[in-house]
Amino acid sequence: MSDPVATNPAGTPLVELRNVTKVFGGGGAFSNDRVVTALDNFNYTIQPEPATITAVVGESGSGKSTMANMLLGLEKPSSGEVLYKGKDIWKFSRDERRTFRREVQAIFQDPYGVYNSFYKVDHVLTTPVAKFKMASSNEETDRMISEALLAVGLRPEDTLGRYPHQLSGGQRQRTMIARTLLLRPRIIIADEPVSMVDASLRVTILASLLKLKSQFGISLIYITHDLATAYQISDHIIVLNRGVVVEQGTPDAVVKNPQHPYTQLLISSIPQADPDKAWGESPADSFDGTGDLRTVDFSATLAQNGH
Amino acid sequence: MNSVLEIIDLEVHFPTRRGPVRAVDGVSLTLHAGERLGLIGESGSGKSTIALAVMRMIKPPGKIVGGQILLDGVDLLTLSDEAMRRTRLAEVAMVTQGAMNSLNPVIKIRSQMIDGLKAHGVELSKSGYEEKLGELLTAVGLEPGVVDLYPHELSGGMKQRVCIATAISLKPKVIIADEPTSALDVVVQRQVMQTLRRVQDEIGAAVILIGHDMGLMAQFAQRVAVMRRGHILEDSEVHQIFANPKDPYTRELMESLPSFDRDTRFMQVIEEAAEEVAAVAAAQ
Repeated sequence: MSDPVATNPAGTPLVELRNVTKVFGGGGAFSNDRVVTALDNFNYTIQPEPATITAVVGESGSGKSTMANMLLGLEKPSSGEVLYKGKDIWKFSRDERRTFRREVQAIFQDPYGVYNSFYKVDHVLTTPVAKFKMASSNEETDRMISEALLAVGLRPEDTLGRYPHQLSGGQRQRTMIARTLLLRPRIIIADEPVSMVDASLRVTILASLLKLKSQFGISLIYITHDLATAYQISDHIIVLNRGVVVEQGTPDAVVKNPQHPYTQLLISSIPQADPDKAWGESPADSFDGTGDLRTVDFSATLAQNGH
Repeated sequence: MNSVLEIIDLEVHFPTRRGPVRAVDGVSLTLHAGERLGLIGESGSGKSTIALAVMRMIKPPGKIVGGQILLDGVDLLTLSDEAMRRTRLAEVAMVTQGAMNSLNPVIKIRSQMIDGLKAHGVELSKSGYEEKLGELLTAVGLEPGVVDLYPHELSGGMKQRVCIATAISLKPKVIIADEPTSALDVVVQRQVMQTLRRVQDEIGAAVILIGHDMGLMAQFAQRVAVMRRGHILEDSEVHQIFANPKDPYTRELMESLPSFDRDTRFMQVIEEAAEEVAAVAAAQ
């Protein structure tokens, strides 16, 4: 298949986010919104190879999902550029945009919300194959779908022909991973892919995600609030707090020798599975950088209400 | 130690076309006064069904078909509906994962908390209520001024703390906390759990913490019971269960927990999962 996105000369990164800033609020006749900078001057580069797993870690309001939406081209940056193979994704031609849509895929937190409960799960698998003309016949479509399901450890006969509610959460999420595989993507953005499933299912999903990298050479952006799985599966960790990268580096550097108080707070907040390792006192009162933006509004709201 | 809650041979069934599903299948569990018990298991293990059974809030067609639930020696299953209504909140209170969404969005926190007190016969003067609410909110680390806010003006962690304040308002003997922090971020989770820990200590309530995170259990519980498919597999003191888990399933739960160590079993478990994935393809 020819590649309508500008060829990728040696040294051109696969993806580059350059000084990307996203600002919300502040507008509208009925709005008394403050301006919220969801993402502030974000820079990041992914090389075409080797495939890597980058974890973007932060709490609600940290900007991690905004960052994902920028990368997916779902939201336009207020300033800065998102480049794919060296070209601004907002200046793509129709064909380039189509290739980008296929090569940059997403997996979301709630694998149930993606499905239409009136359709069999086959629907989410056949649709992208048809839309992107990945197969030349129905037989080829069937074969590709079977291969993709097997690649994530699902038996086609146990999965196809069933309705979404007849699958477990783990099966639904792995079906979504199979769906992305059908499109032969270069990058997958996984936004909290395991935060809604049980621990035993979590390992199977993580195993499938790791396989994307090792076997299919697909780079992964793993967006999570769980620093522990990030530590275990990623090659690089970015810690976001209120839209700002407060720290980044190898998992060992970030976790074993955190420099920023917010990273330290995230690490100390994780309950360790050892009754002798004390959780300690909550430092949340002394450090006000928690991602909970609304907490910050609290005194202002009280004042508004006449206190 | 005195037992405050004793569950004996509890059976909760849900009828289906293929016969009853035994969501809770002969469970016995004892909770001592002031004790913090962790009840751990995965989705569908029956752990939340036990909580609902104790509150007598099992939704039909689900039904408690056998056993006893003794609260201070009184079988809750024999109480009239009205007596059970009075027992809830006053004697046994519950905080769930979605508790924060149970707050009425168009009523200020003050009225919601006062309603709870009034429904249980607490009659105070206006300033008396104000003082009581102030005490409760302060106890969970919130400013008394929160009474003037609507739920949407609070963050998830703050709402969950309002629910804990409500749960302790009548000094219950038992608090059931069913995944109270699953919807919260890790930093807020710690704040909420430490709040719960402090207030249960202050009012001397026993707590059953229901969840699936062994880390949370290690940090909160004194004793942990492991549930699977309607049964309790293991019920041990917390250090005991972490140092020497008796049931293979308990071990499995712990090994599937990621940590900040490179030499744990976690990546091995992932590799085994990857091998199982490969085996499925190879078998075709």
